[in-house]
Amino acid sequence: MELLVASAIGVLTAAGIYLVLRLRTFPVIVGTAMLTYAVNVFLFTSGRLVVGAPPILTDDATRYTDPLPQALVLTAIVISFGMTAVVVVIALGAYLGNDDDRVDDSAGRLDAARKGEGRQ
Amino acid sequence: MMHWVSLPVILPAMLAATMILVARYDETVQRTFSVAGTVALLAVALGLFRGASDGTVTIYQLGDWQAPFGIVLVADRLSTLMVLLTAVLALFVLMHAIGTGWDRRGRHFHALFQFQLMGIMGAFLTGDVFNLFVFFEVLLIASYGLMIHGGGARRTKAGVQYVLFNLLGSTLFLFALGAIYAETGTLNMADLAERVAQIDPGNSAGIRTAAVLLLIVFAVKAAIAPVHFWLPASYSEAPGPVAALFAIMTKVGAYAIIRVYTLIFPPELEITRGLLDLWLMPLALVGLVVGMVGVLGARRLDRLVAFSVIGSMGMLTVAVSLFTEEGITAALYYVVHSTLATAALFLVVDLVQTHRGNIRGELRAAQPIPATGIVAALFFAAAIAMTGLPPLSGFVGKLLILDAAWDGPLAVWAWAVILGTSLIAVVGFSRAGSVVFWKAHEARAAADDDPATEMDNVDSTLDLVGGRGQPALALVSIGGLIALLALHTVFAGPVMRTLSATSAQLFAPQPYISTVLETEGKEIVKGHSDEGDDGGDAASAAEGETGEGESQ
Repeated sequence: MELLVASAIGVLTAAGIYLVLRLRTFPVIVGTAMLTYAVNVFLFTSGRLVVGAPPILTDDATRYTDPLPQALVLTAIVISFGMTAVVVVIALGAYLGNDDDRVDDSAGRLDAARKGEGRQ
Repeated sequence: MMHWVSLPVILPAMLAATMILVARYDETVQRTFSVAGTVALLAVALGLFRGASDGTVTIYQLGDWQAPFGIVLVADRLSTLMVLLTAVLALFVLMHAIGTGWDRRGRHFHALFQFQLMGIMGAFLTGDVFNLFVFFEVLLIASYGLMIHGGGARRTKAGVQYVLFNLLGSTLFLFALGAIYAETGTLNMADLAERVAQIDPGNSAGIRTAAVLLLIVFAVKAAIAPVHFWLPASYSEAPGPVAALFAIMTKVGAYAIIRVYTLIFPPELEITRGLLDLWLMPLALVGLVVGMVGVLGARRLDRLVAFSVIGSMGMLTVAVSLFTEEGITAALYYVVHSTLATAALFLVVDLVQTHRGNIRGELRAAQPIPATGIVAALFFAAAIAMTGLPPLSGFVGKLLILDAAWDGPLAVWAWAVILGTSLIAVVGFSRAGSVVFWKAHEARAAADDDPATEMDNVDSTLDLVGGRGQPALALVSIGGLIALLALHTVFAGPVMRTLSATSAQLFAPQPYISTVLETEGKEIVKGHSDEGDDGGDAASAAEGETGEGESQ
């Protein structure tokens, strides 16, 4: 199970970083979403992986899972959800305003690309 | 006294919510609420500052749960100093925003402003690293709204970059926090300080990784090279008063570095030795060079000031990266100075740009702006402060940093870069100032001959700011900031005594730790409370660590 969870975090992070480096609004937003999934799973594992045990400690409990990372993940999910919504709205505004969905300042390159398209 | 500590967070939060619910259509009521709230905040901040000035550490336990199980707000010398600085800055920025009418160019300016203050205050006061993350998010999400306030295609584009960069920073922050929790089983700063000190140096890979990740996160916030790229576009495209308020946001990153790397990972700690002292100083010097060369190369006034922010953050980080008492004292003096100077510059630039029509901040001669004499005088005063020329406090701050760097590693490099970049900055600022303010009279003479160029300067924004005069309130706010800089210079002696006491408190954290951990909260009923779990966390985490040790 450790291998499964660890590789899931790794793959999600790698995919997230790749998408963020695409520098176009939609892939970047999906990429940040992937990264937040990865970090949520990572936070979850920070309390150690325990299966089938309650997150409650009583005096006679022999096994329990750490409840604090679950609270942290919940907070992180709420925040990343809200942030993603904000970035979608702002990115839509920027796209509609600029007629361009590139994230970086590449006005020069963009003009060059347009000229290239014109020639084709 | 205890409950007062929570007020800087609660007051803006309640005020912002009230403004949205009750007064969302009434700008006058919003302005009144906002100003009254900020004045009250200033009073509270002064009270807290006074309370902490004798070295007492006051804590507020949220929900009366004892630390490390509950979240605590801690008011010591450093955090109250930063809270006071924020409150002072906020009042002047708010005056400017109202005076120039910026707050009417979009909706919910005042509510977002108060939410931003709430986040900043919380970040300064909290004693829990996860809570620090939450307050970072609060201040960021408010800043996203403020950053694109007033709209415009270029501004929203810069806003997207700003939001995405910070989103990635937040994700990295969470990775760092997860690693810290996995290694230590706690997120309370005081508790972390104790537990990190007990970690076996042979088994410290996880916590070392976390320490570096955390530094990268704070470096992003503080715009230290090489993660400063987000700053110039965001700050120069943001509305003037918002950029001025953002002057404190980079300092939140600097504050977090100072707090975490004196309390949790202090310089004498064995396991993190060689992680920070080796890299931070050279990077700070690179940032200083990048910033000041940017000042020289900038073609627009707002970008010029934004690059000077990077430069001043580099200068600040040079002082911080020494991690000595003198270094931190110098850094704190510079924090106060550079916050006020940056804010003053952004506010002046805003006045200039509003009245130059489509030319905005471009560094070329155009028709003189209204009240050009006063605005030019304010610009030069702020520029003198920013570049660190006598007689204003930038000079004192730079001297202190040079003096502190003398005994440190790379002293020659630090001196050479600081002095060299100062010269570059002086050239950059004086060139910009002379083009914008002095060449303007030549441009007018030319325009009188050729009436066609007149059209270039006419802009609809003129109506918004009340025609040809400069709003008095805006001038007063900039003048006030510069007067504070002058006071910061004149009373450098008493200020330095306070700041060196602050620095001494940071390097003797035992009272802080014991106050946080030993203050009792409400009574815990055994076997039927959340507390037991957290106690168990520590045990399970400790088990986990030993388990790891075996597997390695």
